[in-house]
Amino acid sequence: MRKIIVLLVLLASPAFAVQPDEILADPVLESRAREITAELRCVVCRNESVDDSNAEIARDIRLMVRERIVAGDSNDETVQYMVDRFGEFILLNPTSSGANLVLWWSGPILLLTGLGIAITTVRRRKPPSEPLSETEEARLEQILNE
Amino acid sequence: MIVELGHYALILAFAVAILQTVVPLVGANQRWADWMAAANPLATAHFALIAVSFAALTYAFVTSDFSVALVVNNSHSLKPMLYKISGVWGNHEGSLLLWVLILSLFGACAGWFGGNLPPTLQARVLAVQGSISVAFLAFLILTSNPFLRSAFPPFDGHDLNPLLQDPGLAFHPPFLYLGYVGLSMAFSFAVAALIEGKVDAAWGRWVRPWTLAAWIFLTIGIALGSWWAYYELGWGGFWFWDPVENASFMPWLFATALLHSAIVVEKRESLKAWTILLAILGFGFSLMGTFIVRSGLITSVHAFASDPERGVFILAIFAVFVGGALTLFALRGAALEAKGVFALVSRESALVLNNVLLAVASFVVFVGTMWPLVSELAFGRVLSVGAPFFNAAFTPFMVALAVVLPIGATLPWKRGNLGKAVRNLWGAALLAIALGALIWTLQTGRSMLAPVGAALAIWLILGTLVDLWMRGGRGSVAGRLRRILRLPRADWGKAMAHGGLGITIFAVSAVLGWATEDIRVAQIGESFEHNGYTITLTDVQRVQGPNYVSSTGYVDIYRGDTLVTQLEPEKRIYPAAGMPTTEAAIDYGFTRDLYLALGDPQDGGGWALRTYVKPFANWLWGGAIIMALGGLISLSDRRFRVAAGARKAPVSATPAE
Repeated sequence: MRKIIVLLVLLASPAFAVQPDEILADPVLESRAREITAELRCVVCRNESVDDSNAEIARDIRLMVRERIVAGDSNDETVQYMVDRFGEFILLNPTSSGANLVLWWSGPILLLTGLGIAITTVRRRKPPSEPLSETEEARLEQILNE
Repeated sequence: MIVELGHYALILAFAVAILQTVVPLVGANQRWADWMAAANPLATAHFALIAVSFAALTYAFVTSDFSVALVVNNSHSLKPMLYKISGVWGNHEGSLLLWVLILSLFGACAGWFGGNLPPTLQARVLAVQGSISVAFLAFLILTSNPFLRSAFPPFDGHDLNPLLQDPGLAFHPPFLYLGYVGLSMAFSFAVAALIEGKVDAAWGRWVRPWTLAAWIFLTIGIALGSWWAYYELGWGGFWFWDPVENASFMPWLFATALLHSAIVVEKRESLKAWTILLAILGFGFSLMGTFIVRSGLITSVHAFASDPERGVFILAIFAVFVGGALTLFALRGAALEAKGVFALVSRESALVLNNVLLAVASFVVFVGTMWPLVSELAFGRVLSVGAPFFNAAFTPFMVALAVVLPIGATLPWKRGNLGKAVRNLWGAALLAIALGALIWTLQTGRSMLAPVGAALAIWLILGTLVDLWMRGGRGSVAGRLRRILRLPRADWGKAMAHGGLGITIFAVSAVLGWATEDIRVAQIGESFEHNGYTITLTDVQRVQGPNYVSSTGYVDIYRGDTLVTQLEPEKRIYPAAGMPTTEAAIDYGFTRDLYLALGDPQDGGGWALRTYVKPFANWLWGGAIIMALGGLISLSDRRFRVAAGARKAPVSATPAE
């Protein structure tokens, strides 16, 4: 039991995402901070935002973001500040620069291509207009007369 | 001994799978009836052997046989029985064994229930199914053998990841695999049809129920996973666009598309080549999902096996099967002649539009999932693609789908009149927009998400009702209702699935748009207000669980003077695994969930406490369950029709979906 309590103490430190002591008094600034941290990646985690993560570094980044905001930086400046320190990797919302254009435009382009192919295929598909052959005509006659 | 028997059965199953691949294929090619007939008992034996193997592994877990390395790494003698059993598939090796078990089960089912299939088609389907099994059994035996013993058995195991010790997650993987692997049936039918060179209505009638079954399982599996994330991860998120989630979502989107295009093959003998392609891609994305989850190439929250060697093996399997099938498709696909013709405005075209939207949406998810990898390898840019991208790039497709769905669903086959369809739905559209606008004015100052989502949901549900009403024909209200009640089950299934989609769309936008949050230090005995509720943390106690220690908070929630509920949020620590988890306490309600998560004790006294009110959260999974039920009802209709006779039902009487 004692061992377990030691473990509890050791493990209890990293919990929860946003901690009560991090929250800014000004609700407008706080909601801006939340907006920003939701789009920043916890750089040591697997696909978790800083806002959701329990890791120590995520807490540090949350505090840094709030520091910048309180210091008067705009949202863009704060994000840029983080990118300068942690690289593009920190952005959960990838920029639309350079090769990333492929990423952002793949959906609309694929959709237009798909619709284009679909419409031309449906339009081109004409009902079989060949007249019936003589034997077919005869068979049809036979069936109709039955 | 039993473990060795299981090991032996697994190797024997591998041998049988090779036979199941070769014998019927040669038989079908040479028209040797006895060779073709061998497929059936081989598939049954194959399934039985893997079942024995799976039972042996389960036995090792249940009896906590710590001489088996896998049991040591994933179990613990104190663990509750449910999690001892679910621990079998809570790891890479065991889950792969479950994967092949389900694969062989589907193969055996095609043998048992496929009596009315043309013998060559059945033989080829079973052969393709067997070949997939050969590949995965080789992978299992060579790289991920679950039966390896450890030389020095320890006294106890390392325990299963505590996050996985949960009833929701115990059943999440089996359902998901039933869905993933179920798509292998559509794949096998597609490849067999390409080898035959023939696709007809009977083929469509066969493929659709299998796809529908796989789709139902996938729907339930994804809903379970999302529900689990909601209550387990401690902040009430339900979808994270994590690579592993995407890996299950892409096959779901393809299965949905396939389901709809198979209707066109069945009823109108058109879109054959496209349906075959979708069947190949659907299973292809299942394999891709397996690769993503098990290679560790793409970092994700729940990738449990990061091993490049295994990744390469699965990539090879993927390349052989999808590459092979697509090559076959390129060679033979053109021969699949479409019989039914249709105009640009028709039910068929609407289903084509459904397919384009779903397929492109799925590709967008695919590109987003793979982009970090591509970008790093090709451009040297290390970057992330997260939820904000997917929300922005994926959502428009779903909005477009929801807008066109009711119109498409009411169009007639072959040739429709857009004006007429719009006239019928005019009222529904007006009401949906009006209600959306009303919600927008009532919730001043919040995002547009909720009003738009609500309007789309109302449009979908009303559109579904209008469709049902119109199918009642003309005449008195009573006569119409009588006819509506007598509609084929496939029609009811369609209505439920589309209505369920509407409910899910509403819930997603309501939860995202209207959820409220409160994070604070709660002192014991002190009350605070949140969103009209008075919340008091009355006590926090240390509670000893079977294999964990928990700090349990006791919270009273009042609305005015009436007690709403008493909740007990927990923070648990699993000493064997050395991991803390949050166990949120949720008061599930019809219109809102009250969601509490307990944090750490604070230096100045008190505990961190998070309180959320999540409006209509239950509707999210409710909608998914209604969708799955719709699928089930539609599935039950098929048997009815098959029993009615093998002859082709007249087109006018067949239900339109």
